[in-house]
Amino acid sequence: MSLTTNTAAAASTAAQLTETENRAPRLGRRNPFAGMSGSKENKALNWTLFGILSIGAVFMAAPLVWMLSTSLKTKEAVYSLPPQWIPDPFVWENYIRVFDDTFVLSGIKNSLIVAGTVTIIGTVFSSLAAFALAKLRLPGKNAIFIALLSGMMVPFPTLMIPQFVMFSNIGWVDTLLPLIVPVILGNVIMIFFLRQYLHNVPDGLVEAAKIDGASYLRIFWTIIVPLIRPAIAAQFILWFMAVWNDYLAPIIYLNTPEKQTLQVVIANMNVQYATQRDYPLIMTASVISVLPILIVFLIFQRQIIESVALTGSKI
Amino acid sequence: MSVTSPSAPQSTWTKADIKASRKANRKLHRKEYIWAGAFMAAPVIGWLAFLLFPLGFSVYASLTNWNGLGNMTFIGFDNYVLLVQDPYFWKALWNTVFYMIGIPIGLALSLGLALALARKIPGRTFFRTVYYIPVISSLAAIAILWQWAYNGDFGLVNQFLSIFGIDGPNWLMDSTWSKPALIIMAIWKGLGYSTILYLAAVQSVPRSLYEAAALDGAGAWRRFRTITMPMVRPVTFFLVVTNIIAGSMIFTEINIMTPTGGPEWSTASLVWYIWNKAFRNLQMGYATSMALVLGILVLIVTVIQFRMNKRNEFSIE
Repeated sequence: MSLTTNTAAAASTAAQLTETENRAPRLGRRNPFAGMSGSKENKALNWTLFGILSIGAVFMAAPLVWMLSTSLKTKEAVYSLPPQWIPDPFVWENYIRVFDDTFVLSGIKNSLIVAGTVTIIGTVFSSLAAFALAKLRLPGKNAIFIALLSGMMVPFPTLMIPQFVMFSNIGWVDTLLPLIVPVILGNVIMIFFLRQYLHNVPDGLVEAAKIDGASYLRIFWTIIVPLIRPAIAAQFILWFMAVWNDYLAPIIYLNTPEKQTLQVVIANMNVQYATQRDYPLIMTASVISVLPILIVFLIFQRQIIESVALTGSKI
Repeated sequence: MSVTSPSAPQSTWTKADIKASRKANRKLHRKEYIWAGAFMAAPVIGWLAFLLFPLGFSVYASLTNWNGLGNMTFIGFDNYVLLVQDPYFWKALWNTVFYMIGIPIGLALSLGLALALARKIPGRTFFRTVYYIPVISSLAAIAILWQWAYNGDFGLVNQFLSIFGIDGPNWLMDSTWSKPALIIMAIWKGLGYSTILYLAAVQSVPRSLYEAAALDGAGAWRRFRTITMPMVRPVTFFLVVTNIIAGSMIFTEINIMTPTGGPEWSTASLVWYIWNKAFRNLQMGYATSMALVLGILVLIVTVIQFRMNKRNEFSIE
């Protein structure tokens, strides 16, 4: 996975090119055709692109808007032709019904338990490991890091059967534990990013604290954590979303409806209520499963997108 | 990943010196070693217990006849022989590979989007958000939504097509259209993610490169081919690798949208088949052998891609 060298090489060539360009007389500034060369953008083209992007945005948003609008419809209105985009009448009652009649509430509770414990405790484990891997001395720590990373190459489906058998032998099937325990011990992607992030922190900081007699936990807590807090926050949110949206592992382990996570609950509702043609209720549950994540995303949008954008350049 | 190796001791040292220095180091840093080890313990234990052990167990289980509960009867390579002769396995593998057609389409679209969003277009933050929302939405909810949108009689997709006088197929019930339907949905869901990655890469290309190229008389297409494409290549590589790995594990949308594997088994993916064999038919031994084959295939494809990426790097030089 030596992409870093690749990007670094690209960046250095770019830097060289910039230098030579800087030395050349800056014709661009005085060039009357500068507008064509991209330093000043073509207005007409931009408006055309605006139009294309708007049409695209309609396609991106339409299914989700439809989901929201259907969740507020009556059963009959769903089949009306042409399709109703604004429900007539508005049926807010679906949102009460979905909590009374289905397992959505227990689903939310279970999903919160799994995603919450996994990400909160797992983040502590991951950042401790990243700190040790980046800043502490231990013979063979790079080998450990490579071993951890290579684990990402093994797809979960390859491990799911033996893991299932392990957990069924200790009687954990139909509990939330098999969803928590294997993942709570640390997230390799998070370790990777935090370790990378810590490489920009000078070793001297840690060494100085050591000379002052600070314990390693104290160094971690008072020096490292404040430094990598933004990286931790972004990775935490991404991880939370991934666990919240997971479907394969929960469907393997959870059989009893009140023990299932939200994703499994809505998938089962899809089967059960489709025969009753109760699409509004299914859509209501879907909206509920998407909404919390959507709100978190809209609040932390900048950090999340920046963190995601880093993925491409860091690995 | 850049792994820094400890700097080599000075060349004037003898082997004995190095040994002695290492020993001294070990003594000096014993406390640090212990803490470092403790800090890494959790992920390492996780790796051993939930990766290495299951993997080793898989290899053995794949050589047995086993329903997951009772005795494991050792049957040698019979499962693998069965697998090669199993038409359903080949069909599932074919379907899984077919879904990958969506990857280049999605990447081309998202690169185009990123190029547009890199310009000073009114409302670009808004667009970025709208295109990204499907990415964060739960796949289960999205699959339910699209299953319904693809309904032949009153689905949203066919309603839309009818505006243009097109009589759309009954997507998920039609063995020719079921796979394209899933591909379109996957592109829709993943578009925002690749766009964000491409956008970051496009924005990091120095403007001066384009200006210089324009001065030299390079047209827009030429600038795209010779500057943009090579500069975003690491992102393309990253996206191709991660998309292939994720694509090989496609399961959720298959299981929700086509719970029986689709008309004439046209949508069943490998993971879906493995899951069925293991947890519905309780043929754990056989399912394990398929899961291992899947793991090996993913590994081979990834290694080939890294090799090709390396070779390309040299050819640029």
